[in-house]
Amino acid sequence: MLFFSFFKTLVNHEITVELKNEICIRGTLKSVDQFLNIKLDNAETTDGARWPHLCSTRDMFIRGSVVRYVHLPAGMVDIDLLEDATRKEAAAAKEKAK
Amino acid sequence: MEEKDEGGHAEPLDLVRLCLDEVVVVRLRGNRELKGRLHAYDSHCNLVLGEVEETIYIVEEEEEDEQSHVRIVKKQSEMLFVRGDSVVLIAPAEGIQDLRS
Repeated sequence: MLFFSFFKTLVNHEITVELKNEICIRGTLKSVDQFLNIKLDNAETTDGARWPHLCSTRDMFIRGSVVRYVHLPAGMVDIDLLEDATRKEAAAAKEKAK
Repeated sequence: MEEKDEGGHAEPLDLVRLCLDEVVVVRLRGNRELKGRLHAYDSHCNLVLGEVEETIYIVEEEEEDEQSHVRIVKKQSEMLFVRGDSVVLIAPAEGIQDLRS
């Protein structure tokens, strides 16, 4: 749930999604779900010459499982908050496993 | 290294927890490696890394002399989310040197 919440804080911000087949797509994050499926608006590939078939696609849904990386704007991330949330999540997971 | 805290046995992910806010090396599927500061992780090994350097090792086969050499591509990213299903291993950056020597 940590990363689901984390991505919800990034809604309406510009992100770049790199897929497992090397395609890079930049767009505005519109929504995210528990599987980390992503909906992007105003999406464009970072290299249109390489993937011309994606040039005309503006809004897209990306299945979470095909994502390799998401490049984020560093200024958008509250690092202390994120690390605290990670520690809490780790403690909760450990409690649950007992 | 033995670690037991608050009555719970040490789990593999406890090592990752100790790496929070430290520089880590992450090996990924597809001959990729990341080095950056660990800001978040979960039980799927989804990660958020800051000030990341990605290294991609591309093996190039040469037909004529049957030799292959490795081309190295490096990329930088200020903040990166990594999906856990690509992750092979996570190690503290200062430890990885010992591991290789």
